[in-house]
Amino acid sequence: MARLTIEALSKYFGDQAALKNVSMQVEDGEFVAVLGPSGCGKTTMLRLVAGFDAVSEGKIAIGDRIVSGPGTHLPPEERRMGIVFQSYALWPHMDVEENVAYALKVQKVATVERAARVARALETVGLTSFRNRRPASLSGGQRQRVALARCLAMQPEIVLLDEPLANLDVHLRASMEDEFATFHKRTGTTMFYITHDQAEAMALADRIAVMDHGRILQFAPPSQLYREPANETVARFIGAGMILPGKLAGEPANGRVAVDILGHRAVIRCGPDHGAQGPVKICVRAQDLAVDRQASDPLSARLRRLVYQGGHFQADLLLENAENLPLALTLPEPCEVAPGDLLPIVLRDGWVVPQTDVLA
Amino acid sequence: MMLGRVRPGLFRQDQITLILLVLLVLALSVAPLVRLVGEAIAPGGTFSTAALQRAWNSPIVWVALRNSLETSFGATILAMMFGGVVALAVTLTDLRARNAFVFVFVMPLIIAPQVMALAWLQISGPSSALLNLLGLAPPLGTKNPLYSREGIILLLAVEYSPLVFLTLRAGLRALPRELIEAGLASGASKFTVVRTIILPLMTPSLVAGMALVFVSCLGNFGVPAFLGIPGNYLTLPTLIYQRLSGLGPGVLSEVAVLSMFIGSIAIIGILVQDIMLRRRDFRVATTSIAARAFELGRWRLPVEITLWAVTLFVVIMPILGLLATALVPAYGVPLNAKSATSQNFAYVIFEHAASRRALVNSFTLSAVAALIVTGISVLLAYFLVWRKSALLRWLSIAAEMPYALPGVVLSIACILLFLKPLPVLGFSIYNTVWILLIAYLARFLVLGLRPVISGYHQMDRAIEEAAQVAGAGFLRRLVTIILPVVAPVAAAGAILVFLTAFNELTLSALLWSSGTETLGVVVFSFEQGGESTAAAAVSILTILVTIGLALSTLLFHHKLPQGVLPWRD
Ligand SMILES: Nc1ncnc2c1ncn2[C@@H]1O[C@H](COP(=O)(O)OP(=O)(O)O)[C@@H](O)[C@H]1O
Ligand SMILES: [Mg+2]
Repeated sequence: MARLTIEALSKYFGDQAALKNVSMQVEDGEFVAVLGPSGCGKTTMLRLVAGFDAVSEGKIAIGDRIVSGPGTHLPPEERRMGIVFQSYALWPHMDVEENVAYALKVQKVATVERAARVARALETVGLTSFRNRRPASLSGGQRQRVALARCLAMQPEIVLLDEPLANLDVHLRASMEDEFATFHKRTGTTMFYITHDQAEAMALADRIAVMDHGRILQFAPPSQLYREPANETVARFIGAGMILPGKLAGEPANGRVAVDILGHRAVIRCGPDHGAQGPVKICVRAQDLAVDRQASDPLSARLRRLVYQGGHFQADLLLENAENLPLALTLPEPCEVAPGDLLPIVLRDGWVVPQTDVLA
Repeated sequence: MMLGRVRPGLFRQDQITLILLVLLVLALSVAPLVRLVGEAIAPGGTFSTAALQRAWNSPIVWVALRNSLETSFGATILAMMFGGVVALAVTLTDLRARNAFVFVFVMPLIIAPQVMALAWLQISGPSSALLNLLGLAPPLGTKNPLYSREGIILLLAVEYSPLVFLTLRAGLRALPRELIEAGLASGASKFTVVRTIILPLMTPSLVAGMALVFVSCLGNFGVPAFLGIPGNYLTLPTLIYQRLSGLGPGVLSEVAVLSMFIGSIAIIGILVQDIMLRRRDFRVATTSIAARAFELGRWRLPVEITLWAVTLFVVIMPILGLLATALVPAYGVPLNAKSATSQNFAYVIFEHAASRRALVNSFTLSAVAALIVTGISVLLAYFLVWRKSALLRWLSIAAEMPYALPGVVLSIACILLFLKPLPVLGFSIYNTVWILLIAYLARFLVLGLRPVISGYHQMDRAIEEAAQVAGAGFLRRLVTIILPVVAPVAAAGAILVFLTAFNELTLSALLWSSGTETLGVVVFSFEQGGESTAAAAVSILTILVTIGLALSTLLFHHKLPQGVLPWRD
């Protein structure tokens, strides 16, 4: 059983907290991405899980076994995890085959089985013909494949990946992403994938933990993160959400509720237990907004700039009122408005952000 | 939940290793110095200022101190000028054949100071072939002019100009090229840029280099031993040597005080150096690619000729003079096709018992010291670079001390520590080869350590972590992952240790005994006994070994971080 349980985990460097009271549970065979801006504590968390650093507070368990906790620290060499490093961390003095075989040698896997597993791993990542090359003579993508094969051959229960695509060209990333997805499907291994790139996280993960300042803001499947952000920070971070101020203007029913946004009335989505009256924050995205010249009570916004994005425009607007809020929406081509025009804007969809914010 | 395995964290391979290393460094680097300070303020265990007072009231101590300061300051200024100009020229301009030039220029640093002194004596005396050719030789029977304060200053400057060169070059290489380019772009001439931008920014490096040279001059034994003792011009190290070799271990408390004396002055220099190197912070984050060379244009050839001429005169000429002396049957006989002989070499290699022993001793001691130091360094650097902690920072400072302080300080400290029989074992290693080996290990540890540390800094720690994840324990990671990767730097460190130990005199002059002579000691006693041709022959042998080994590093220098081998540009 390779369920990974992280409970009330904190890590301090001096008096600076890199992780604050983080809890999450990764199910057996699940692909979890940890997503957050640089410096938010992602690597710190991975190193704690791997056992490179000792926890300050809290505990980490794999299956039923506590590997890190008060007075307990299982060293990394006994955790049997696979790690794919951002820098690949291939051993420069060994060829591809020796790199892949190393863990098996250490674990005293019999020669015949070892050879078979190495060959299978290399075949899976398509590097069989490179097996006698040194890492120095491989391209970035090939090195990452070797690192993956090294993991594959170990047959670990959990694989940790720390921004494995960050050092690769854009066009290589898509194919490596595919490689990771295949790896996961084929092996059913629990994956713990760290990244700062939301597209990558969305494409790969069953669930994403969004982190900021050493805390987990929301831990949910990608579409829930996008459609139902738990707080303002997640709403703004994921999919470039915009936050508008509003008031509830009716009783929620079937997950929908009427809201009043600066005089504009719309019916949008909300959580089932959202009962409060009064001011709320509303998350909208560019495609939730539209220009509607027939609307009776539209938001009035002045067009500041049109950015051509091939087939459509992104329109940057400012709401015409005391708030001076920026808005963005997409306009199809051809487009007969010009900067300076006043546009009537309506909401087609939106999400009432739950009022509790973890950071508050 | 089930309870995981509780690991108290003690007695794992890496922790045992660390504990052993800490004990070893404490024993090698800290214990002797503590013993020395103890002896100076509390001889025989009871606190007493008698020895301090005796030294304080002794006029000869003050004379030696004055001589030490005079020669050290004089040589520092001279070395700053010579080494500084060469560093600017070599680092900033488009001189050709820089590698060859640097190799020759830095040679005095790896050749023993006493050998350089001996070599210079050959070309400056009344029987100097060169001076006779030019008609400048002093009349026969007069004293060689190098037997003087000025001679000592000159030789110390020759010896340590490369240190200024190396410190300044390291500083210049860390200088962001943008700073130079911005100066040029704003219309300043190259000369103005050097004067108003480069030199001011290099002040910390220059001062650090100056402090380093000063401390090195202060502790130098070979030069004042060869050039000062004959004219009774004593510096602190030679005074300590004379006292001890004249009167024996009875004067230990007194020489302990003198060692403390010279050690304290040196510490001031070491602190200045440390503070200055820390100041070297340009607050510009660039991966500094060396600035584009200043083109010398039509001045290039004249500058090249001048630099080569001066360096050949200072370094190569004296060695040729030494070679000439080694090849003639008796001192003063001019060298020509008829007089040339190999009998001096045969004499020192086969006939003279002490000299024959010294060859074996120096080879063995240096090789064993190099091996052990390299072993310690690979382990110690692992912890210093990858497991930072306050304790380890102190440990690295402790490891630096025996090398940073003058050699006589360590020698006296070792005598004090090892004169009495060892506890538990019950015998004394004083007057055996072991005290020499221990002194070598203590003094040359940093020489092996520094390259390995820079090797670790260049290594991605993730490659060790990847092995850890694969299940490999500490010792296994060390052997299968780390050792192969640091092997080149470790080899470079081993060669540096070997070369330095092989050429050393300061430690063995005070610690040798009959049967444990080293090459430095036999050169010294040949010269003192008037057997100049034998001294020259031994010196030539050491120079050959030294240059041969230094050249051998060309085979793998491309695998080394920049700056590991001083003789590589
Ligand atoms: N070994 C360390 N010592 C001190 N501070 C550290 C150390 N490692 C990480 N930190 C700090 O912890 C915070 C989180 O770092 P990290 O986990 O590397 O972020 P991320 O991987 O999300 O970019 C940063 O502020 C970083 O400066
Ligand atoms: Mg990171």
